[in-house]
Parts: sequence; C-alpha cells; structure tokens
Amino acid sequence: MSDEPNKGLQSPLRRQLLMGAAALPLISMLPRPSFGAGPATSVVNTTGLAVTDTEVTVGILHSATGTMAISETGSIQAEKLAIEQINAAGGVLGRKIKFIQEDGASDWPTFAEKAKKLLVNDKVAAIMGCWTSASRKAVLPVVEQYNGMLYYPTFYEGLEQSKNVIYTGQEATQQILAGLNWIAKEKGAKSFFFIGSDYIWPRTSNKIARKHVENVLKGKVVGEEYYALGSTQFNSVINKIKLTKPDVIFTDVVGGSNVAFYKQLKAAGVDLSKQALLTISVTEDEIDGIGGENIAGAYACMKYFQSLDNANNKAFVPAFKKLWGEKTVIGDVTQAGYLGPWLWKLTCEKAGSFDVDKIAAASPGIEFKEAPEGYVRIHENHHLWSKTRVGRAKLDGQFELIFETADLIEPDPFPKGYQ
Amino acid sequence: MFGDYSIGDLGSIFVMQGFAGLILFSVYVLMALGLAIIFGQMGVINMAHGEFMILGAYVTWMTSNLFQSYLPGLFSGYFFLAMILAFLASGALGMLVEWVLIRHLYKRPLDTLLATWGLSLMLQQAYRSIFGAREVGVELPQWMLGSLKVTDSIEVPINGVFVMGLTVLITIVVAYVMYKSRWGRQVRAVVQNRIMAGAVGINTAKVDRLTFALGCGIAGVAGSAFTMIGSTGPTSGQLYIVDTFLVVVFGGAASLLGTIASAFSISQTQSTLEFFTSGSMAKVLTLLAVVGILMLRPQGLFALKVRK
Repeated sequence: MSDEPNKGLQSPLRRQLLMGAAALPLISMLPRPSFGAGPATSVVNTTGLAVTDTEVTVGILHSATGTMAISETGSIQAEKLAIEQINAAGGVLGRKIKFIQEDGASDWPTFAEKAKKLLVNDKVAAIMGCWTSASRKAVLPVVEQYNGMLYYPTFYEGLEQSKNVIYTGQEATQQILAGLNWIAKEKGAKSFFFIGSDYIWPRTSNKIARKHVENVLKGKVVGEEYYALGSTQFNSVINKIKLTKPDVIFTDVVGGSNVAFYKQLKAAGVDLSKQALLTISVTEDEIDGIGGENIAGAYACMKYFQSLDNANNKAFVPAFKKLWGEKTVIGDVTQAGYLGPWLWKLTCEKAGSFDVDKIAAASPGIEFKEAPEGYVRIHENHHLWSKTRVGRAKLDGQFELIFETADLIEPDPFPKGYQ
Repeated sequence: MFGDYSIGDLGSIFVMQGFAGLILFSVYVLMALGLAIIFGQMGVINMAHGEFMILGAYVTWMTSNLFQSYLPGLFSGYFFLAMILAFLASGALGMLVEWVLIRHLYKRPLDTLLATWGLSLMLQQAYRSIFGAREVGVELPQWMLGSLKVTDSIEVPINGVFVMGLTVLITIVVAYVMYKSRWGRQVRAVVQNRIMAGAVGINTAKVDRLTFALGCGIAGVAGSAFTMIGSTGPTSGQLYIVDTFLVVVFGGAASLLGTIASAFSISQTQSTLEFFTSGSMAKVLTLLAVVGILMLRPQGLFALKVRK
C-alpha cells in the first residue's frame, strides 16, 4: 500500500498531474538518470496506460491478509524481486517499473474490485496476481472487459484460456501425468488412493488422474476422498488407507488441512519411506508448517524445487534470500511468480510496445532462458512449456530431485479424453 | 465393501477406528471446554476463541525454539512447560480483554458477538505482523512422534493418546473447580442471578474476570496440544471455531455434562460416517442430524432447569 503514489489526489486529476508532471521535473529527481532513453511514449503506449517517458506502472494483486496470505506471500516477494532486478538491468523499453500493490484479502469479490481499480483508475500496464482459482475466476471477467494483462503464477486445474492471461504455472496435465507415469514405472504401482480438499482444483486434478490411472496405466483407484477446506481430523481416512493398502497415496490437500494430514499420517505409523505418497500440493512453503520430520520420504510432483542444480537457480536462490531473509524458502509457485514480470518485460521488448493487444499477440514464442526452473517458452494457448519434476522430501524441508522429464511438456488446458 | 479383507484385518481396523473416534472426541471436548465456560456460564459469544487457542500454539512454538537454542538437553520435556505457559499467556490476555472490552457488554450479549469477532480479526493481524504470514512448524520431542504398536496390525497414535489423557485431566480439574470449590459456587451463583450474588457479598466483577480468564487459559492449553495434530498459523484458529460452537450449542449452553455428551455424539457419528461414506458426506450428514435435533430440542441436549 505504501507504494501507492499521491494517495490523497484521486482519479482523473491525479492522473493528469502525473502524466504532465512526470515528463520534465521528475527526471532531475530520479536516482537513476539512465531511465528515459527508450522509444517515445506516444509510440509504445497508444491506449492510455500509465506509462511516462521514464516509468511504467504495473499492479501486484495478491492476498497480504486473510487465510491465503500464507501462500501468496511468496508470490509477492518473488514478483518484487523480479521487478527490482529488471529495474537494475535498465528497466523495460528504457522505463523503470513502478508497482502498485493491492490486497485481495483472501476475498474473491475484493480481488475483482481491486483488479478493476488497478485497470481503470491506475491504468496499469499489467497485473501480476491471483493465487487461488476462485480469485482468478473473479478477476478474469474484469481483465477481459477492461482489456488488461494478468500474469497468473499458480499451478491450476486447466480448462481455461484467455487472451488477457498468461499462465506461468502448470495446468493439470503438465503437473500430474508425467508424475503418475514415473511412479507407476518406478514403483510398479497399480492401486492408488486419492485424497484431496473439497474444491475445484483437487476435484478436477483427481478426475484427470483417475482417467490416466484407469485408461493409460491400467491401474485401479481404490479410494477417492474429499475433506472440506480447513478440516483438521484425518484419522478415519487414514484407517481406510491402511485397510485398502494402496501402492500409492495421491494427495492434493491444501492449507491448514495439509499440516494436520501429514502429522496424523506420521502419528498413525504410516512410514513414508515404505508407503509411496505422491502429492501435487506440497512445496517447500508448505513443509515449513508441516515440519520436515512429518513428511520426509514423500514424493512431490512440481516443475521447480529450491534445490534444483542449474546456473540460473544458483543465482536466483541467493538473490531471493538476500532480499527476503536467509530463512525464507522458495516453492514452485514462488518461482512461477518470479517468471511473470520477466516474461512481460521480454514480451514488451519483442512487441516494442506496452499495448495490451500487442503484448497478447506477441506472447506466444517468448523464451525466458534465465528462468530458475531452467528454460520456459510461452505456448499459443498462453500457458508455458515446462518440465515436470518429481522430488523427494527430506528432513530439512528441501526436496531432492529424483526425476525430470527429458523434454518440455506441452501445455494442454483442454485435454481430450480427460474430461 | 469388506468382501476382500480377512477377519483379522477388519478386526484391527475397527479397533483403530474406535480409537480414531475417541481421539476426535477428546479433541472436541478440549476445544469446547473453554468456550463452554465462557459462552455457557457467562453468556459471552466469544468469536475470538480460536485466536486464544492459536496464542497457546505460538507460545508452544516459542518455547520449543527457546529450548532448542538454550536447553537442548531438556528438549524432550519442553511440552509440559509450554502448556503451562500457554495457559498463563492466554489467560492473561483473556483477563485483559475482559477488563477492556467484555465487562462493558454483559448486558448486551449479542454485541459480544460483533466485538469479539472484531477482536479475532485484530489478533489474526497481530499474529501475522509478529510471527509472519506463513505457518510455523512446531517441532516435537521424539517420544511424542509415531505410534504405539499394540499388536502387529493395531497401531495407536501417541499424540492421540496424549490428547486423550490431557482432556481427561483438564475435564476433571474443571469439573472440580466448577462444582466442588468455593469459587465455582460463586461462578454459578453469579450466572444464575448477578444482582442477588452481589447482594450476598460476592465480588461479581472479579468472578467474571477470573471465569473469562480460565476459559481463555483452557483454550490456550488446547491450542498448545493441537500443535501435535494441526497447523499453527495466523488464521489457524478459524479452523476450530465452527466445530467448537457446534459442540457447545448442541450440548446445551450452560451444562458441562452436555458439552461432553454432545462432543461424544458428534465425534462418534462423524468418524463412523467418515469411515463408511466419505469425508465431505460425513460432514453433511452430521450437520443435518445436529440441525434436526436442535429443531426438536432448541435448548440443546442438556438444559439447566431454571425458574422462568
């Protein structure tokens, strides 16, 4: 909030003042005189976005308060780091990125309202934001109506595609299928027990997983259970798991329930070094709350782990820790959040413009070679080509990379045969 | 459903499922006891109950960190000290809240709902600012992890047994304090008739403050114990509040025995249904049953007989 300029002056007056005033006197006040050397504003901004000769404004829209703050804090941190780094490297089209941060407060109508405020009042060139599918579904009609650009970082259930959204996380088939193939091959797994939180993402993901297990892997789903968000008691379902003795427990439990589930699983004597468990909802962030000792041995299916051993990641992790503290951990979604501002910058430079229509058209084919996960490319359907990786949780809360697909997996938000 | 399993398998599962039900029962009793005192005895609708629990959880987390840094040798026993500190911290906060906020609202019980809801939001944000938005992991001593192997196929979670023991202990203490001690008699006298209690020389303001503090303190202990089975984050308290009110209201607000009976019936219904149907279905059916019974008996399972 404190990043919001001139809070006292509202709407049109403020905008005029900003636009007019920024051109001349601000240049002398800027700490970095290098900004302002890009192409003329009238060329790169034909739709009245908040772009001056020296600055361009983007929005950050996440929950800094409320129940989702646990998860979204990492995304906010990653996006701020990316913006800082881009500015240090000369900005976008010769302009410094300035951001306005709004709080979605874990409330979906608030997300829609704040998105509208960012697009209509602040005229931001792009929004980095949303986390849950519910918040994205609330914001989607707003960015489509007012023609904004949203960079969405979370792995999600798919079944969506928009000109106005770039999905920097995995859609469901990218996240799940390769992981299931791997565990079926590696562990000879034939029977699966699904347990998830009761909302759209786990249900859609499990539907896809079930089709894959039954039709492709010729295995069997011996149980499929959902618990309301926030449930803290899992002893009954753990007994069911013990009774059905599945080869693999496949989980997409989220939030506080996640912590309860793994603590009780451990307490019930289920040894994850013997019982294979594959999760698509636990990253390094979640392990912070669960405790490494409760989940060590479990497999997670992600595209990024903090422990990845490549040159990009070796630069990214120390930079992140330097800005946000030695103890912070970086999970899959945090990394995907970091991609957003960079992909936007690269797209702007390819398009030679901040105009949303040009950005949307120029996005397919954009490559980001410095991505901490290795390399990503934007597909025609505005999702990313990326690898699927399986990691094994260790006592210290980090993952050890066990498997990664040889090639980038093509995003397929509307998978045929899985509906 | 059971055709493919041997008798031995089924036997051990039913034993373990019985334990699961008992553990759920103890969890419900433990989280509802504090509220049963505050809501049941004082009529204050304390929406911040969950946040008092989480204060206990954070105290436990801090104690565990302190022991790890300064007294690693005594780490295996830190949990007992943590529970006492949790009781004191939540109790002290409860006393402060009563003095600042609640005592002005005794004549307007519905307003306590709004006031304490606001308090819960403030506490959540305070936890977020102090401890960070992310959840913290409370490390437990080794002996509290894992399970007891009763036979080859029957395993009972140690933390569950611990919670059960703690629940029994606290219930006995509370029952003794409320029904046998002089102070408990004063509390009940104030509840039944505040003016008359004052007239016979009971310091009602002091009784109120201590009662509220006791309820909050017990919530703190519950929160401390729940670090073994659940999450510790700024909003974790919200996970418990609905179930807690459900248990207390269903049991009949003013009755301790009612709270226990209601915790028992709800937990057994739920864990049995969870086993035979599914998690989300069990919740629906349990809530339907509770609503149905409350329609027939609006005063809850056990109601205090009073002259109207």
